[in-house]
Amino acid sequence: MLDTARSVATPEGIELTLRLAGPVPRALAWLLDFLIRAAILVVLMMVLAPVGGLGWAAVLLAWFFLEWLFPAWCEVYWNGQTPGKRSLGIAVLNDDGTPVHWPAALTRNLLRAVDFLPFCYGFGLATMLVNRDFKRLGDLAANTLVVYREPAPGGVMIPPAPPLAPAYPLSVPEQRAILDFAERAPRLTAERAEELAALARPLVGAGGNAASRLVRIANFLVGRR
Amino acid sequence: MKQAAFEERYAEAWLRFERWLDRRERPTRTDPKRLAPSGMQDAEVPRAYRRLCQHLALARDRAYSPDLVDRLNQLALRGHQVLYGARSRRRGRIAQFLLADFPRRVRAEWRLLAIACLAFFGPVAALAVALQIFPDFVHYLLSPRALARLEEMYDPGNPRLGMRQADTSVMMFAFYIWNNVKLGFQCFATGLLFGLGTLFYLVSNGLQIGAVAGHLTQAGFGTSFWSFVSGHSAMELTAIVVCGAAGLKLGAALIAPGNLSRRAALVASAQAAIRLMYGAAAMFLAAAFIEAFWSPLTAFPPATKYAVGAILWALVIGYFLLAGRRRGA
Repeated sequence: MLDTARSVATPEGIELTLRLAGPVPRALAWLLDFLIRAAILVVLMMVLAPVGGLGWAAVLLAWFFLEWLFPAWCEVYWNGQTPGKRSLGIAVLNDDGTPVHWPAALTRNLLRAVDFLPFCYGFGLATMLVNRDFKRLGDLAANTLVVYREPAPGGVMIPPAPPLAPAYPLSVPEQRAILDFAERAPRLTAERAEELAALARPLVGAGGNAASRLVRIANFLVGRR
Repeated sequence: MKQAAFEERYAEAWLRFERWLDRRERPTRTDPKRLAPSGMQDAEVPRAYRRLCQHLALARDRAYSPDLVDRLNQLALRGHQVLYGARSRRRGRIAQFLLADFPRRVRAEWRLLAIACLAFFGPVAALAVALQIFPDFVHYLLSPRALARLEEMYDPGNPRLGMRQADTSVMMFAFYIWNNVKLGFQCFATGLLFGLGTLFYLVSNGLQIGAVAGHLTQAGFGTSFWSFVSGHSAMELTAIVVCGAAGLKLGAALIAPGNLSRRAALVASAQAAIRLMYGAAAMFLAAAFIEAFWSPLTAFPPATKYAVGAILWALVIGYFLLAGRRRGA
């Protein structure tokens, strides 16, 4: 299955599931960060430039800090999130699912200079598209991942109905399929929903009303009692 | 066990663990005092976490609802991050790094350092000498405007060397940080292009510095130029070369990964290289300080400034050769 989930084995012998963030949310996060940095710099320049030499010194130091160290600082002390990443709900983690510390955060942010080449993150994007984990060059060297922080947006939005226990135990993929169906059922035409639900004949029986039965089973599966 | 019974039996434990995580994770947007007490001592946490992991494994194995599995996965992930992401808060780590660890790491990379030195100091020396013999060659390297600015900055009549009239020392300090550290960072990062970017930056900067030095010496501004650069050159030029070595380390991992895959070799060498960059950044900071506040002074005769420069070079070389050799230092 084409999937952006990545599992991490822990010392406790279980596998945790991380959901990788692709190029689009990461580019948007970068754009937001860029705008924030630019805005701060413009404000600083307007306020400090009239002060003269000392003011320009502050502007240059702020520029340096914002460009090179600020993203890394955020990723270390702010749960792996720069302001842009935070607003998109993504975060940087080490490959093993632990939060990043200074060495990894600095590595990936200094190597941004290469990802940017030849222009507009060309190398970074090309690298992201040829490896499974959407890693840019900086992520490869620092061994980091960018993942969604929160559980799937919106959670499970299943229309409420009196729960119905399935006639026999279902495997996890089967349960997933039923939940996905129940989530999408309100947006389907009644005929199409019926047609799809009828595919699960052994479960819903031949008596018609397959869609509503499947939604009731979904309600059972999410634990509504 | 049915899922409902399973959830009922352990909900309390999960809730306690979740509350402990809420208090523990940073940054907390809410005041920790306002969060519900977890009722769990820190010492109990590893045990609680292991049990949670067991519950997650059970829930998956028994095909409980995906919703429950997702919830437990999220809790276990948070626990994993808090437990395994803990930082050591040892005191004196920075001093230990600067006094022993950094010079050791630089010595360990002496081959790469030698290549970086050659790529950087080679062009500097070659041009500085060549311009004494063929002075006009400088026009291939520097524009007339740049030459005029240089001659203004290093005019022996200038009360503060290396600066133009309008510049202040603090501003120059900030400029040196902004410009030189950026150069060092680029030199490091572009090493990822099989070391070629690093070599390019080292050679091109070597050429520029050599051109400036050669031209000013030949044009008769030698004393003011050399007395200006003597103070900070030890720190600044060595820092550039260390950045070069760090960049070449990244390139070397890609060219000759040894028994590792290229990816694993890159990760391993990046971990060593970034620590070289810590030290280089500290050196750039010191260099910018000297360059802004000591080097421009004309109150001291050139002999004094040469002496200070020589002492600093001796200190830097001695530092890299000797510091951190004793065990436990």
